[in-house]
Amino acid sequence: MAEQRGLTGYRRENGTVGIRNFTAILPVDDLSNAAAEAVANVVPGTLALPHAYGRLQFGPDLDLTFRTLIGTGANPNIASVVVIGIEPNWTERIVEGIAKTGKNVEGFSIEHCGDLRTVERAARVAARFLQEDSEKQREPVRRDEIMLSIKCGESDTTSGLGSCPTTAEAVDRWVDAGGTVLFGETSELTGGEQLIAERCVSGEVRARFQEIYDGYVAMIDKTGANLLGSQPTQGNIRGGLSTIEEKAMGNIAKTGTKPVVGVLDKAEAPGAEPGLYFMDTSSAAAECVTLMAAAGAVVHLFPTGQGNVIGNPIEPVIKLSANPITTETMAEHIDLDCSGLLRREYDLTSAGDQLMSVLDRTVNGRFTCAEVLGHKEFVLTRLYESA
Amino acid sequence: MANSPGFLAHHDGDVVAVAVRDLEPGPAEGGYLRGPDSVTVQLNEAVPLGHKLALTDIAEGADVIEYGRLVGTASKQISKGDYVHVHNVRSARWQNSVA
Repeated sequence: MAEQRGLTGYRRENGTVGIRNFTAILPVDDLSNAAAEAVANVVPGTLALPHAYGRLQFGPDLDLTFRTLIGTGANPNIASVVVIGIEPNWTERIVEGIAKTGKNVEGFSIEHCGDLRTVERAARVAARFLQEDSEKQREPVRRDEIMLSIKCGESDTTSGLGSCPTTAEAVDRWVDAGGTVLFGETSELTGGEQLIAERCVSGEVRARFQEIYDGYVAMIDKTGANLLGSQPTQGNIRGGLSTIEEKAMGNIAKTGTKPVVGVLDKAEAPGAEPGLYFMDTSSAAAECVTLMAAAGAVVHLFPTGQGNVIGNPIEPVIKLSANPITTETMAEHIDLDCSGLLRREYDLTSAGDQLMSVLDRTVNGRFTCAEVLGHKEFVLTRLYESA
Repeated sequence: MANSPGFLAHHDGDVVAVAVRDLEPGPAEGGYLRGPDSVTVQLNEAVPLGHKLALTDIAEGADVIEYGRLVGTASKQISKGDYVHVHNVRSARWQNSVA
């Protein structure tokens, strides 16, 4: 299939490449959602990113929230950012973090000003940013400049047979082209974690991976909980998955065959070296994709079995499924139906070709099902409760 | 095989395979994901799409192998052609995780 398709994207001030061109209104905290959404209402065409947290957090949990919000604003799918927070210090910290990219960013705080004046001031800047951003042009870009992320959800046995190995085809081709791919889902590696450890490029990377995985298991043990009812989920079981190990094998199938070149903390951007990276993330879809977008990923592949409907406000999510019931009953959510694999109508190479076609068209501007349906799940990961 | 398969297995040596359409009791024909081999199994019970069937007898307490890997432990004696799910397989890792 056409490998000649040209890819286009938006090359940002710091050289990173995006595939969308958002003018974002980013609240620092829950209290500022109303003002951020009001700005997006009076300046339609901008994108508000409301979320539930950002007050009285401390320590590593606060660091993660800052890293996630700054990383989101810095994502190359976003052209410019208006930041709104209740108080000036944290607002300014996020503005400064995003400003390192060189993109337009301005912050507003609500204290001693009120929502209405803040909305007016912020909206005037948002209007200017939006107009400037509307003149930014797509230009030819290379595959290796486009950071891909992967995570599966509502998995069933068809994920392991169809949508995950199809995703693996795209991952391997992306890495062969010199690109960078992120995968995560620490909990869902259980039973197959040694397969990932074996693929780590060096003892150092392997040790970091093992430390993160063992830390996760210790955390679960410490709670005294077993994950009965959570892993596998009721949906997984309905779809035929019997154990976490079986689910993990399907999950790992989507990571392809390339070495793991690095291990990342949550929302941590990969280094200059291209290749496949593991990020320590929750396996909850919206949290995971939010963290990967905050690390700079601009397009996401999401294999599903029973049919997850997830999207993300700034990173287009391409969903694929090999379950013929899902592709029929949830067709509006599925960007690629690869159920023909189960009927042996085509092989994995052909399914990979089909996925690459959808991916390239999405890079070039085609809306995903999630974009069309307005799915904008933006969910911060919390490490523990606020003070 | 001429017709589309009734079930697919991942790897040579796997003791379970996945039904890729709803299967009724009786003979079912399937194959391997990455191979042309044709396998016929006499199903003892119905197996819905996406659910597993046993390709061999599996003793209680024995390893359940899929993807060429250990994916669980048989919690009951399983006969070739049986429906395999949480009623007769549990996690080998998280002993309390299922059933």
